[in-house]
Amino acid sequence: MKSQHSSFDEHEVIHELKHYLPAQAPLKDFIHHNTLHAFQNRKFTEAIRCASEMFGYKVSLSLAEYRNLYKSKRIRENILTDIIIRKKGKEQLGSWMEKLLTKPYDTSASPRIGQLRSYWKVQYHVNLDSLVHPILFRILCSYLDQGISIWNFPVHTSGFLSSLRELERNSFTSFFRTEKIRTLFLNNHIELESLLKTLVGDESLYAQYLYDQQFAHQGWSGMVSAIEDQPQTLLDTKSISLKELIILELLLEIDALNYKFGENWSPLGTKLEQRPVDLFAPVPETELDEVMTIWQDAFEWSYYDEVLAGIKMQKLSGKKAETKSFQAMFCIDDRECSIRRYLEKTDPTCETFGTPGFFGVEFYYKPEQGKFYTKLCPAPVTPKYLIKEEGAMEKRKKDAHLSKHSHSLFRGWLVSQTLGFWSAFRLFVNIFSPSMTPATASSFKHMDRFSKLTIENKNTGDRENDLQIGFTVEEMTNRVEALLKSIGLVKDFAPLVYIVGHGSSSVNNPHYSAYDCGACSGRPGSVNARVACFMANHKDVRAELGKRGIAIPETTQFLGGLHDTTRDEIAFYDEDELSPANKQNHKRHEEVFRKALDYNAKERSRRFESIRTDQSPARIHEKILRRSVSLFEPRPELNHATNALCIVGSRELTKHLFLDRRSFMNSYDYKIDPDGGLLVNIMKPLGPVCGGINLEYFFSRVDNQKLGAGTKLPHNVMGLFGVANGIDGDLRPGLPSQMIEVHDPVRLLIIVEHFPEVVLKTIQSVDAMYEWFINEWVHLVAMNPETHELFYFRDGAFTPYKPQQERVEEVADVVPVLEKHMDNLPVYLIK
Amino acid sequence: MISFLQFFILVPLAGFIISVLIPGKQETLLSRVTFSAVGINFLAFIAYAIWWLIEGHVPLNFKDIVLFQSTGYEFYIDFYFDKITAVYMFVGAFLTLMVTVYSRYYLHRERGYKRFFNTILFFYMGYNITIFSGNLETLFIGWEILGISSFLLIAFYRDRYLPVKNAFKVFSIYRIGDVGLILAMWMMHHLWHSNITFQQLNTAELVHEHLQSHTFIGVFISLMILVTAAAKSAQLPFSSWLPRAMEGPTPSSAIFYGSLSVHLGVFLLLRTFPFWENQLSVRILIGVLGLLTAFVATGIARVQSSVKSQIAYSSISQIGLIFIEVAAGFEKLALIHFAGNAFLRTYQLLVSPSVVSYLIREQFYNFVPRQHTIEDSIPRKIQYTFYMLSLKEWNLESFIYKLWRPLKKTGRQMNFMTLKNAMVFFVITYAIGVICLFNEDKIPSQIHPYLPTLFSLVGFIMVLKSYTERKNVYLAWALILMNHFWVTLAISFNEHFKYDQTLLYLSGIILAGIVGFLCLSRLKSFEKDVDLNQFHGHAYEHPKIAFMFLLACLGLTGFPITPTFIGEDLIFSHIREDQAALAFFTASSFIIDGISVIRIYARIFLGPHVKTYHESAYKSS
Repeated sequence: MKSQHSSFDEHEVIHELKHYLPAQAPLKDFIHHNTLHAFQNRKFTEAIRCASEMFGYKVSLSLAEYRNLYKSKRIRENILTDIIIRKKGKEQLGSWMEKLLTKPYDTSASPRIGQLRSYWKVQYHVNLDSLVHPILFRILCSYLDQGISIWNFPVHTSGFLSSLRELERNSFTSFFRTEKIRTLFLNNHIELESLLKTLVGDESLYAQYLYDQQFAHQGWSGMVSAIEDQPQTLLDTKSISLKELIILELLLEIDALNYKFGENWSPLGTKLEQRPVDLFAPVPETELDEVMTIWQDAFEWSYYDEVLAGIKMQKLSGKKAETKSFQAMFCIDDRECSIRRYLEKTDPTCETFGTPGFFGVEFYYKPEQGKFYTKLCPAPVTPKYLIKEEGAMEKRKKDAHLSKHSHSLFRGWLVSQTLGFWSAFRLFVNIFSPSMTPATASSFKHMDRFSKLTIENKNTGDRENDLQIGFTVEEMTNRVEALLKSIGLVKDFAPLVYIVGHGSSSVNNPHYSAYDCGACSGRPGSVNARVACFMANHKDVRAELGKRGIAIPETTQFLGGLHDTTRDEIAFYDEDELSPANKQNHKRHEEVFRKALDYNAKERSRRFESIRTDQSPARIHEKILRRSVSLFEPRPELNHATNALCIVGSRELTKHLFLDRRSFMNSYDYKIDPDGGLLVNIMKPLGPVCGGINLEYFFSRVDNQKLGAGTKLPHNVMGLFGVANGIDGDLRPGLPSQMIEVHDPVRLLIIVEHFPEVVLKTIQSVDAMYEWFINEWVHLVAMNPETHELFYFRDGAFTPYKPQQERVEEVADVVPVLEKHMDNLPVYLIK
Repeated sequence: MISFLQFFILVPLAGFIISVLIPGKQETLLSRVTFSAVGINFLAFIAYAIWWLIEGHVPLNFKDIVLFQSTGYEFYIDFYFDKITAVYMFVGAFLTLMVTVYSRYYLHRERGYKRFFNTILFFYMGYNITIFSGNLETLFIGWEILGISSFLLIAFYRDRYLPVKNAFKVFSIYRIGDVGLILAMWMMHHLWHSNITFQQLNTAELVHEHLQSHTFIGVFISLMILVTAAAKSAQLPFSSWLPRAMEGPTPSSAIFYGSLSVHLGVFLLLRTFPFWENQLSVRILIGVLGLLTAFVATGIARVQSSVKSQIAYSSISQIGLIFIEVAAGFEKLALIHFAGNAFLRTYQLLVSPSVVSYLIREQFYNFVPRQHTIEDSIPRKIQYTFYMLSLKEWNLESFIYKLWRPLKKTGRQMNFMTLKNAMVFFVITYAIGVICLFNEDKIPSQIHPYLPTLFSLVGFIMVLKSYTERKNVYLAWALILMNHFWVTLAISFNEHFKYDQTLLYLSGIILAGIVGFLCLSRLKSFEKDVDLNQFHGHAYEHPKIAFMFLLACLGLTGFPITPTFIGEDLIFSHIREDQAALAFFTASSFIIDGISVIRIYARIFLGPHVKTYHESAYKSS
């Protein structure tokens, strides 16, 4: 990174700027990612320090919060002293303890961003933002709008500015206040640099000015930048670029100044009393920074240590139970952690697995009558396949309250006198007896349960828009093989193997897609589960698999399902295809699922104040169902809140541990992958997916105002792609406070069951993956599967780690504990 | 049963007082108290309404208490109940009840949970006072409560910049409406020579007889009522405040700005209908204003790309139609339309976050690249012009902004003023004024008539300076106090204004003034940074001082918690109908001093906290 922009390179500055802006896509494609991704090329502590100094973000808990955590013993003393001794030496322990615990610090922030532009107010007493932002946001929102307005932006020629120019040219009024700027705008050749010359004057300040300007509304700038990079993220595509936004904003600023002062103003650069600090100048580490780093480490390790102690206590028999009643694959998602525990508890002969919830099948999906394709695989992947839905029977229901007719004059007149009274009734019903309505975003609407999917491709010429429709046998075999091998399920198949995707249901929730499966690009995983099952059930695929050493008994059948994590319901697909024997089996298992789901609902309910957790599971489940369709419930579920761990290894490692739904779990058997060939593909997405989720929660939690979306209660939906507070606020990327309030900001600890040298080789094999670990954005521990020794990865090498805590508490049953506590629970060993 | 009418005011009042006393952490208790207060009110109303219908639904009037009496002047609280009240009460109580239940869960764990329910009850009380009022004086009490509780609800997220800024904007516009009401009351006194009730207005002959000889006064009163109604119901040219009021939690926006608050302008028109029924020009004017608003607001609604502003403008355009209905004399239709519109918009706002998943699904299945709209058939240049004008809200925002500009300019001319020289100037000139007053008989009769106007002008200028003061908060505060002294002095030159009345008026002012000073100096003892150049957000660390200061502000603006409130009305009753300039300056200084006081409160206690060690939002968010 250049620290001095001596000469202004427009292209480079905009490119860099885009990198720093929030990268959140429109709401329907909400996918978690590291909020501070732009800083990922530096070590975590340095990165957050710089981000804080440059942009004024809060990047950790406050000093008072850490001290309270210490007082409440959530940060453990021995862990803290250990860290201080390691970092500062034994003799410094006393003085640093005093610094951490009692020394007062000034924690005020004076970020570098905005300093330069603040001179407008200082020198000219003008609040440029309030003159420019409202109209700028309005134009942007109308241009990008996906379907709120009735009368759309009337011109869509090539690009944002040329559309706007067309509009201006053919109008008796103008968005500009002065004729001079309007004329300038209508002239096609506007150089960004010449505008900056007028406004700023001093070339060395151009870049900083643009950062100041764009970060004054980073939500809108980020959205424009995201749409520029991936125009297909809007269904009604719009052509726009950040550069166009900047040009328009510069014009509006000059226009506002001209309007206010006529010719009596000179560029900002000539009026500076003092040059602002360069945005990119190095940020020295202060004592306070060190204090905060130690606190954060101590907070994290107070938890990690306990988890590692628990894992170490597991007796790994390596033996698996003789006959399995069924096997079930779930998503790696932390929310599936508890349902797996309850299934195994209800039916101890079953076996569960975790794997990314697209189940290794990547494709675009087109529902019947859908006008677009939906990508169903992790965001960075670009599939070459298309799966189409056929024979859907369910009708989409409509809701007149959400239609636009009520907004026109005469129809509105009729509507308000008729439908208006119906609304009163609906309001009453919705408040006292909530139920599923067309307004609900339900995971089960993603695909019609009784439709058919075009999964198999028999003729590779069968294509649509350059996508192959379905997969060939060869392609199917490859995918099934990879899936089964990655989770270590290559023998001992049960008669029924469930593949269960997940999704969620909520109402009044603009962030609904953040609650669905991240591995399916923020959609429910039902189609993927069905597709994967179809492949695994395919006769020819089985034959091919047999040749490759995976023999699946003929009696074994795969059955797809969808777990709704908000409602704790499971729907199964293609049950008709089951053999009579398996139909019998399935019926029995359904009962197991039902019971497990009730218990899962009960466990989840402990976080909800409005539900008493000591009631019976079935009763609680009813309340959970009601909650998911309640208009007034801003927390239908808590999504990934409290996530902190990711465990790659056999279920044996965690089977008897109570991890409080805080862990991603990817099944993996080191024995069938001694040199780590499969491990690479498992670990590659862990950083961007699990780490991304974890860090988005982390940063939204520590600075909910600047890095999160603030409270969702006043949110107003803008153009269907974003939310803002009120009508002329900036867009609010990040997570709303209701999603993160119970989250403990700790980085993700990834625990891999394999030999350290294999793990090291694996992470070093891909640079982008290695960056996550070497720069400490996630923590990594390798567990030697034979000796059970733990190794922590630090500064490029694995060093042995011995948990401070000898044992974790043992309980016979966690349910009584759950009933008593709302907060995060410690790790328990379930006897 | 008539005296039962008070019950509908007292229950929310009791609920409000109890809810203020409950500690903020007791979420369940707070919501229960609110729920009970509104619920009891609702059920009691249903029972009452049934009784009333059986009894033949004749309008009821109940003169409650006389708060102040002197020769030729009586200030009394009066309640009235007829079908307009009944409909407004039903809609108001039902929606408030629904939203109370809704918010109980929706606001769970929100900072300000208590504040929210306090304000809702306060608002609800104001609403009930307004709709049950039997005379303009009582209505005005409710009106003031609505204004201030709206301010507090819009600025609910008081540590962010935009909510506070917008709350202040809305309050400024409300204040214009308030003064319309004061002036209407002023002229009413002169027209009837006493405070009259709405029931009396219903007597056609009486109204007719009075208005025949005073056509101009009649039109003036009607216009003032129209200004008040238009401001409250967001009609032209005030419309742009409504979408900007959508800053609080969605349920509060839904019920207050989607439904109850905005329809009160309509209520005022319905209530005063008998008064202007026979003034054809006024009826045409109201109809035309409604029609114009309906068209302009529909256009604006059609181009909105954010869901709440779309609902806001649709609601405004429907209210425009209701204005037409009222002007045309279709009272029942207007009432039905009001109820339907209120229910519809409340519900639409409550489900507005669902619009993302719903419309995206619709778009996914039914997408047509360019939807043909009615506007496509208009010539392109006109079409684009209308589109852009609608997007710019027909420049209504800047129009309102421009309205204040000359006042701000005048205020800024007096930058030479400091606390010290202002005090000196005040003491000397006021002493001269008082001496003149005691030697009134020696003043030449050519000069005497101009003195009241002169003094009220001085007061007005003081308050303008206060409104634009950027540095010294004490100065801004003191100038408002001084204004009130000037006003009393000016009025004292009019014959009948007695010293006890002066005392009545100034007692509240002085008390509020002192409390305000104490709050400010206490705050200063903690904080260095207390000026008026920016928002300081001190409510964050000093919520108690903020609350006390808010009370002082209310006292100083003549809010019905001190006798000043009656005094304000009394003062106007002493302005003769030929003293237009005096009335103008006095009324204007009341508008501005209310705005100035709230500005001080907002700048010192609200907005992003000046201390940056708290998590704080971007200014633009």
